[in-house]
Amino acid sequence: MRLSSKTITLLGLAVVIAIAPVFFPSSFYYRVGSLIFVNGLAVTGLVILIGYAGQISLGHAGFAGIGAYACALAPVHFGLHPALAAVLGAVLSGIIAWLVGRPILRLKGYYLAVASLGFGVLVSMVLANEAAITGGPDGMAVEDPGLRGALKAIGIDLSNTEFWYAFSGLILVIGAWLALNLYHSPTGRALRALHGSEVAARAVGIDVAGYKLKAFVISAVYASVSGSLLALQNKFITPDVAGFMHSIEMVTMTVLGGAGSVIGAILGAAILTILPQILTVFQEYEQLLLGLVMMLVMIFMRDGLLPSIARRLRRGGE
Amino acid sequence: MPELMQFFLSGITVGAVYALVALGFTIIYNASDVVNFAQGEFVMLGGMITVFAFEAGLPLPLAALIAILGTAVIGVALNRLAIEPARGAPVVSLIIITIGASIFIRGVTQIVFDKQIHRFPAFSGDAPIAVGGATILPQSLWVIAGALAVFIGLWLFFTRTLVGRAVLATANNRIAAQLVGINTKFIMTLSFAMSAAIGALAGVLVTPITLTSYDIGISLALKGFAAAMLGGMGNPKGALVGGLLLGILEAMTAGYISSQYKDAAAFVVILAVLFAMPQGLFGRKQTDRV
Repeated sequence: MRLSSKTITLLGLAVVIAIAPVFFPSSFYYRVGSLIFVNGLAVTGLVILIGYAGQISLGHAGFAGIGAYACALAPVHFGLHPALAAVLGAVLSGIIAWLVGRPILRLKGYYLAVASLGFGVLVSMVLANEAAITGGPDGMAVEDPGLRGALKAIGIDLSNTEFWYAFSGLILVIGAWLALNLYHSPTGRALRALHGSEVAARAVGIDVAGYKLKAFVISAVYASVSGSLLALQNKFITPDVAGFMHSIEMVTMTVLGGAGSVIGAILGAAILTILPQILTVFQEYEQLLLGLVMMLVMIFMRDGLLPSIARRLRRGGE
Repeated sequence: MPELMQFFLSGITVGAVYALVALGFTIIYNASDVVNFAQGEFVMLGGMITVFAFEAGLPLPLAALIAILGTAVIGVALNRLAIEPARGAPVVSLIIITIGASIFIRGVTQIVFDKQIHRFPAFSGDAPIAVGGATILPQSLWVIAGALAVFIGLWLFFTRTLVGRAVLATANNRIAAQLVGINTKFIMTLSFAMSAAIGALAGVLVTPITLTSYDIGISLALKGFAAAMLGGMGNPKGALVGGLLLGILEAMTAGYISSQYKDAAAFVVILAVLFAMPQGLFGRKQTDRV
């Protein structure tokens, strides 16, 4: 039996996630790992928007903020279970993305960038200013969803960091599986066609506006779930999750690794999550080095790390 | 109506700074189709270099001149080292390169200088001038005059000088400009130098009012970007009007609605304008090449 490249990719991802803990010297590494998975999930959504459909968003942290605060607020105000609150956040993000996406996706290039940026800024501003509800810039606590307790009851006893590592990893594999399926589906083909040329796509009968909107809504749901996961594992959330810098971080991870490929983008998420941890050693040189890495990769590896390296290897093999 | 007048005056002052940042965006965008997110860092550098040159004992005008020239050199270096090598890259990559550049410049600044908040004395004292029942700082007049002078200077440059027309020709069609003998490389260098110098000038003018520190650039870049978009990207008149409108809008929102949401008002209006006029107030309609 021959395995498809999709299956190999997913198996590879799952195996790496499962085996990596063998090499972890301390529980801190589980924490970094689960952060990578959370970022990787948001970035997988952006691969659909940026890599497949060729649209930009500088405001996706806004959706992460909605997902995160849904987990923080719904249990307090509506008595909803935190896990269900994450679902509520995802639905809400999808609806908002649908409403916002229709007008702003008519815009192109930098105009789309500023419109999505504006949306993100508005969300983070509401979260920071409505202190009576959201706790303002100081943030607010998030209830434990009790999933770890449920596992313990059936005999699987994991530490907190171990549990979130495994759980976020599982969600990431599911997210990557869905995104890879989408790539080869009729929707994925339509998205890639309109990425190549909107006019040509329209000429062959593709509903360009409809498909762009679909990609925007899907990526918003990914970002929302990623925000929810972050809130649940940190048990605390601040408006920074919806901030401009977080949006930029997400887009940078996507493009740095390679916006066209799910695995590339997850690699980008891994690098940009680990990098600041390493750079703390250099303390005041942290920003300088981060900016340098961003510039160098984009200048010398235009398609992102993974596709560029893959191409170089292929060329070397010939 | 002294209240309205007061909000209007403070709005115009802030708006003039946004307009200067937006003009800087416009020049680089015209020459290279790049939106330079490090534009806010030029404003920061203008203020910071002036502060440190002034504290080192130089007279203020000389310190300001050094800051403007120094920032222009940094602008040229940015073009040569980061923008030129990435020519033809997709919009997302260019956004990340210039944001990377802005983080890099911020990182260097906090090492070379420091992380403190700084100011230097206003050019013509701090005694407020009464205007129609409201007051305005003399330094605000400097800021407004600076923005107008830069705008008029640019207008003359682009319409009356050969080099200025060469910049417009390059913006219009790079290859055609090369064919008629325009040195497009020099035009790019010139555009980045001018843009950086204008940003630094804004920093020099506004620092006595708003103070400066290594991290003020990013929010200025966002506002300037928004102002340029509001006016219509690539149009100097749009940049000036967009900047002033944005400043007044913020001041009115802060005064009459809520100071917490003053930044929100700007983005709400920008979204509304872009929905109604996807090319901004003064932008040309673009058609796609298949």
